[in-house]
Parts: sequence; C-alpha cells; structure tokens
Amino acid sequence: MSTATAAPPAQQTRVVNDFSFHVATANGSGSQTANMVLLRGLFKMGIPVSGKNLFPSNIQGLPTWFTIRVNKDGWIGRATTPDIIICMNPESAIEDVETARKGAVLIYDDSLGLSKMRPDCIHYPVPFKKLVVDACPDLKLRKLVINMLYVGVCSALFNIAEDKLLSALAAQLKTKPKAVKVNEPAITLGRKWALENIKKVDPFWCEPLNKNGGKIIIEGNAATALGLMFNGCTVASWYPITPSSSLCESLEDYMRDYRVNPDGKRTFAVIQAEDEIAAVGMLAGAGWAGARCFTSTSGPGISLMNEIIGLGYFAEIPFVICNVARTGPSTGLPTRTMQGDILNVIYASHGDTKHVVIFPSNPKEAFEFAGVALDLADQLQTPIFINSDLDLGMNYWMSDRFDYPTAPVKRGKVLHKADLEKLKGQWARYRDVDGDGIGYRTLPGTDHPNAAYFTRGTGHTELATYSEKATDWKKNMDRLTRKFETAKALVPKPVIDGYTNRVGILYFGTTESAVREAASLLEKQHGHKVDLCRLRAFPFTREVEDFLATHERVYVVEMNRDAQMAMVIRAELPRFAMTLRSILHYDGLPLTAGVVVEQFLAQHKDEPNPTKIAQSASHATSALGTKGRD
Amino acid sequence: MAGTTETAPPAESKQPQVNRIGLAKKDYGGLKSTLCIGCGHDLITARIIDACYNLGIRPEQVAKLSGIGCSSKTPAYFLNRAHGFNAVHGRMPAIATGAQVANKHLKLIAVSGDGDSANIGMGHFVHVMRRNLNLTYIVENNGVYGLTKGQFSATADKGSKQKSGNVNPNDPIDLCEMAFMLGCGFVARLFAGNTKQMTSVIEAALAYQGLALLDIISPCVTFNNHEGSTKSFPYAKANEEPLHDIGFVPAYDPTYMEMDHGEEREITLSDGSHITLKALARDFDPTDRRAAALQIMEAKNTNKILTGLIYVNPKADLYTEQLGLVDTPLALLTEKETRPAEGVLKQIMDDLA
Repeated sequence: MSTATAAPPAQQTRVVNDFSFHVATANGSGSQTANMVLLRGLFKMGIPVSGKNLFPSNIQGLPTWFTIRVNKDGWIGRATTPDIIICMNPESAIEDVETARKGAVLIYDDSLGLSKMRPDCIHYPVPFKKLVVDACPDLKLRKLVINMLYVGVCSALFNIAEDKLLSALAAQLKTKPKAVKVNEPAITLGRKWALENIKKVDPFWCEPLNKNGGKIIIEGNAATALGLMFNGCTVASWYPITPSSSLCESLEDYMRDYRVNPDGKRTFAVIQAEDEIAAVGMLAGAGWAGARCFTSTSGPGISLMNEIIGLGYFAEIPFVICNVARTGPSTGLPTRTMQGDILNVIYASHGDTKHVVIFPSNPKEAFEFAGVALDLADQLQTPIFINSDLDLGMNYWMSDRFDYPTAPVKRGKVLHKADLEKLKGQWARYRDVDGDGIGYRTLPGTDHPNAAYFTRGTGHTELATYSEKATDWKKNMDRLTRKFETAKALVPKPVIDGYTNRVGILYFGTTESAVREAASLLEKQHGHKVDLCRLRAFPFTREVEDFLATHERVYVVEMNRDAQMAMVIRAELPRFAMTLRSILHYDGLPLTAGVVVEQFLAQHKDEPNPTKIAQSASHATSALGTKGRD
Repeated sequence: MAGTTETAPPAESKQPQVNRIGLAKKDYGGLKSTLCIGCGHDLITARIIDACYNLGIRPEQVAKLSGIGCSSKTPAYFLNRAHGFNAVHGRMPAIATGAQVANKHLKLIAVSGDGDSANIGMGHFVHVMRRNLNLTYIVENNGVYGLTKGQFSATADKGSKQKSGNVNPNDPIDLCEMAFMLGCGFVARLFAGNTKQMTSVIEAALAYQGLALLDIISPCVTFNNHEGSTKSFPYAKANEEPLHDIGFVPAYDPTYMEMDHGEEREITLSDGSHITLKALARDFDPTDRRAAALQIMEAKNTNKILTGLIYVNPKADLYTEQLGLVDTPLALLTEKETRPAEGVLKQIMDDLA
C-alpha cells in the first residue's frame, strides 16, 4: 500500500467533502462493484454520501451513469451538476464532456482523444487500457477490472483513504474472495500511477469526518424486504417489473437464509405469478385465508391490479402492495423515478374506493413501514399501499441502523374456534360491533360449524349474505367510511418542523433531502424562512390539517406534472384549496434542491416578505405537540 | 352461515341418516339456488353435496371458490359450513393459489364456467394447471354466457347456433386437452345429465391429492338449449358416449377387497382409495399418458361427447410440498415462529455498515 498522497490543493481554495462524482460506463460492464467500492470507501471515512444509479432499460451496452455525492452537511439529495466526471464509456464520452459544467474535472482514457475539448475544464487523461494489462494478467477479466483502476486514481487525486477502499472491496465481494484478489491490484496500481503522473490542479479533497457512526448503506427495496421478514410476512406473490423486482427477490433471498426451520421446512412462500393480476389475486386468497401477505409492483402493475384492489377494499381482505413507482404514463421511462401514482393508488379501482397509503422517505422508514403496513392491513382488514419509488427502492442510501422490532405483530379482529364457542356461534362478519367500522372475521379451516361466511364482491348484508337492497348497500358503504376514519388514528403521523412561519412546504417520500437542503438555502441565501411538513400517510391526520391551518401559504412539492397530491389535498380538505401552491418536478430524475428553490422564488415574488410571525391560532397549540422531527 | 344460531337438537322421533363423521346430508347443504329451473349447474351442485356427504368430508376443512358467472354463483348453494369466496371474473385460480399456500390443509372446491376459465381467465387457468393445488376444479361448461344473455364462450363448438341464429365461426378451446398438456394430474369430461358417473368422478376428484379438472357439459336451459346448439340437453343426451363405467371406493371402505373386480381396470390413489373402470366405448388406461393423449385426439374426430376419466397421475407432488412449507398453515404462524432472532438483524446491519 502506498502511503504517498497527491499534493493537497491550497488551503484557501480547497473544497473539502462537498462535491459529486459522475461515473459514465456502459451497462453490464461490471462498473457497479467499482462504484460501490468508491461509495463505501467514502462512507467508511465518515463522510455523508449517496449513490444514485442512472441506468438504461437495457441489459448490456447502453450508457449508464452512477452519481456519488459527498456532503459534509449531510445533504444527500441528487446534485444538480457533477464536479468530477469519470468517462469510461466511449459511446457517451463526447456528450459527457460536452455537458460538463465549467471547471469540472474530467478523467478519461487517454486514447479517447478528448484533450482538445473543453479547455475550461480540468483534464486528467489516464492510460486505463495500458494499466489494466499490468493490473490483471487474465485477459477475460480486464473488462471488469479496468473499472477498479478509476477507484485507485480517485483515491490518489481526492484523498480517499486506500485502506478504506480495500476494506470496502473486501466487504462488497465478501462471498467471492477470488474476485477480491483480482481487483485489489487495480486499486493500488491506479492510485500509484496517479500519484506519480498527475499534477493535481483541482480543488476537490476528502478529509475523514466522523459523521457516519451507527449508519449503514442500503437500497430501499432491501430495507422493505427486511421489514417484511421481521414482521411476520408469510406469503409474497409478485410479477417482475422494474424497479420493484429487487424487492421480492431480496425478500426471497433473506427468507431462504433466515426463515427455514432446522428440518428444512419454510415459514414462507414467495411465488412468481403469471402476471400482476394473479400476483394480487393470490394476495386476495392468502389474505382471506389469514396470511400476512405482500406484493411489490410499479405503476403498470397497479393499473392491472385495480379490479382486485377494489375487491379487497369491498370484501375487506388484508394485503399489502408496495408500489415502487417509475416514470409514466404507459411504459414511460422504466428506469427513472416519479411520484406519479398518487391518484392511482389512493383511489384505485372502480366505484367509491379510498385506500390507506403510507409514504416512506428513507430506508429506515422503508423497513419500519413494512411492519406498519402488515399490521394496518390486519387491523383495518383492507389493502394497504406502501408508496415508494425507484430512487428509494434501487439507489444506495445512508441510513440509521434498523431497530429490532420487539412488539408482537397485530393480527386484528379474528375469531378462532374458542372465541366462537364463547359466542355460541353468534357473530356477523360485517357487523360494526365496536363502532370503528371494522367487523370480526374468521379464517377458512376454523373448526366450528358457525365459523364459515361467504365472501363476495357483490352487495352484502352484515351476515355476508347477498343483497341488492338500497339500505343494505348504503349502510355498508357508510361503515367503510367509518373504518377509514378509524385509519386516521393508526397511520404514521407527519413529521412537522415548525409552526412559526407564515409559509410552509409540504412534501413526502424521497424528496426529503432535496427539500430540506432547499429550505436551508432559502433561509441562508434568500432570507425566506419556511416550516416543513412531511406527509407520511393518507388519510391525512389531524396534524396535517393543523399544519395547513396555521400557514398562509403551503407549497406542495411532488415529482409529477399534474400536482396529484395537491389535488388530493384539495379534494379531501377543500377549505385549504386556496392555501396550496405547487412545486413540480417530472423529468424522471430525482428532485434537486435547486428546482425547489427556483420554483419557490418564482411563485413567491407576489408575496409580502414572509417575516417571522407569532402564530396563535387556537388549534395550532395542540399541533405544536408534534413539533420536531424524528 | 355466519350469525345463525346453532340448530336445536332434533326431535326424538327419527334419527336422520348420518355419514361416517356423524353428519346428515343437510349439513352439506347450501342456500336455495337462484338459477333457472332445470339448469345443469343445479344437477352438479347436488352431486357435489352427495360426494362430500358420501366421503364424510368435514365441511369446515373445505374452502369454496369461484369467479363470476352463473356457475360461479353455485358455491353459495352447497356446503354452508365451508368458507366461500365468490371473487372476480376469471381470477379464481390465482385466489385459490393464495388460499392454498396460506393454509395447505384446506381442501379447495372451485366452480368456474366456460367464460370464466376459457375466455377472461385463460391466463390463470393455464398457470394453475402447472401448480398442483389440492383443488377440485369444476368447469360448468355450457358454451354461452348466461348472466349477460347468451353470447358464445370460447368452448362453443364451431358451427353451433346461438338462439338468435348466429353460427359460431371459431374452433372451440378444449379445456381437458389444455389441462392435460399443461401437466394436470386428473382430467375428466362429464355430462351433468349422467348422475352416477358424475358422483363417482367428483368423489375420486375430492379424494385425489392434487388438482383435478372436471369439464362438465352443463346445458343452459335458457340460452343454449335449442335446436342447432351442441351444448343442449337433447344434443348431449343423444351424443354422450361414456368411455367407461366408473366406480369409486374410498380408502376407509373395507368392502373393496371383497369385491369381484372381474375385467375392471383399477387405479389406486395416494390416499389408498380406488377408482374402478369397466370399458364401454373405449378401453384405455387413463394412467398411461400416451393412451390418454391418443384418447383426446380421437375424441376430436367424432361428433360424440366422450365422457369419463381421461387422465390420472396418482403420484403427483402437491404444490405446497414443492414449496417446502411447514406443517402449520402459514396463516396461523405467530411471530415466535416467523421473527428471526435479534442477532440476525444485528449481523445484517453489521454487514451493511
């Protein structure tokens, strides 16, 4: 291991722990391992970091980009323009260089002939193709190993600790010790070559920090899978669709590792269905029969599932659907992100339907909300949506470690044989005994002559018998409304930061980091102080109403064209219709703080300068109880 | 049904006849049928009740499933003491699959129609044939849509006439052929007017540990019982040709060994019960895949409706066994059985740090 370092940039011009890398490679070239080593190496140095994979809908050959942002302040939303571009893909190299910002660092293979382009950028040509011959004797592996060279070059240029990178490599390829041996020399050689041959003129520099204690790096899909495994999920059925496939695949992998008894018998079934209709149909059957069950899909799958989602709502069957949203309409951009299915999940299916939807914002919530969703489904006897997106599901997020769930899972109102004996067989499936809109159910196979009831998507009485009577129909629909009211007390409350300003920003899901960064910029650079409300569930709880009531203007930030969440707020809480403005982002990429700041300022011109005011509305007092974020 | 009080003990007078688990025929009954008078489906419902009673099946261990259509209404008309699920059009096979993995001890009885299975639900029909659920899958096949008033379904024969006089231009889908090709281990074609055969085959299907597909010609007396229809009662009665005389002897019946089996073929199912076959129209071995394939092909070259047992594989593995599930139904596992230890999460977190 070489201990030499490139000469650090002069102290006054140095940019420490606040910049972004953009690695351009070809899909399927094995660059993912190198990118993860770089990401984890930085993470192990204690610097807050995020990794976002911008990949094509293709298996091999098309351009793909991986963006790593390091930020000492913990802003891990997408960076607007990269500071360092590593061009490993000849196909996209010219465009990558052309679109670089002024002053950006360009690292590329010296044979690409890019040195005449962009004199306003900093060029570091590297003989990658020659170096890989020395780094890797095996001809077949060179295509993969070449990527590890740029890791070494970056180590030298930007002061990324080599030992951290090597330990990240070992962790990344934990199960393949041979591959570790093949890749190690490339990191060392790339670093050595850069130290000896590149004269550093850029300002970017990493210094060890101590900000990542107790943190992990994980994708949201894997986090949700873990949450399911630890919270009693027993049946999952799914149909492959980007970007949700890795969720049920992770789930099956984890289950095979940790949910097989010593005798080889399994406490789970993961079934790949013939289509999304069957996937959700299996949930209707499994939930009805009493299993805690789950599927993951994306927008097109939700569209296909609509009929059975309505059956689940009306026949009152518990199951959980995680929508890992991608860009639509239609096939859209299958490998890009969007918050585009808000209406499609909240009001899924025909007739009067409304669904409970929860919105995780980070991997820890993705983990915890999996258990919350399974519990809510059983408690409320209805389909529950987890609305995630590609950015959370498939990208790499720094996260707090997950807490082991100790509470028993909530199975809701189920009558077993002993309960029926106590009741002398007297019960009615859809009778609102407790006044919360939720009836009691029995499971098929319950050994009691009065256990059975008949489940149907047609009109029914309290006793679950067929009915076309107007009064029966309305009474049942009104009970379902009561049940939805009950849901408000059970769903996750919003995270609210402040009731002291006149202007608020309301947002949800993966816009978290960009919105918080934007709020900080608005205050520091533009003098606008805003309060924040991060929605975590539909139906909207009392706290959301309080936030809307105590702010004169609330900007709703969302990643779709049609302001779908604002539409839902206007429909459900019409008295706040005039309070709302929208900040919208819909190009398929994750939101950046810059977009929020720009649209905020553009719309805010007509407002008086939002000075801090003392807020004393009566209901604000109660709402203050939820101040602060967790 | 839910909410009903337990029936008062019967009056002293006469003890009703009961089966081997002490239940009377009425304990297998359902609600009154609301189908048209004379509907073939009601004949099948009666045979399901007979078969369950005869075998002494505990109704509480059965789950009834259906899609949408006249046929799919019928689970309300039998086995009130079993949970039932009248789901959505064509998707019953998916719902049955979910119910089975949630509780592997459930015996599933599903009733579907030709529109439900051969049209809208074909995608699910073919895939459930690849999953060996413990399911008796009855298709009440009348060649038309009843509830929407007489449109052709995909099983209507080419040249068959609609009530309005329209002639069906399309070749029919043969569900038995498809089921056989896709690996279904118990395939039979029956006619709702042939009571004895239906009872035996439904009994055998219920005893069978696996998915049994019964395609039962069940004429629609309102929309498809006219001259020119090939799924009418008169047509089926005139053209049915039973392949064999079928008997069924349950595993618990000691009389089997004492019976004179003569020229009969016999098939022993995995639960120890026996199907006996005396050749009528054709003599072939339904456990022989080639013979069954030949039988299906030859049936296409005749105007006759050849009824009986087409194929049986007595040794197919159940889907839930292939999945390696624990003995307790997944639905009844508690977090004690399903939540990995705290150390597991710690190890996973350490690996991600």
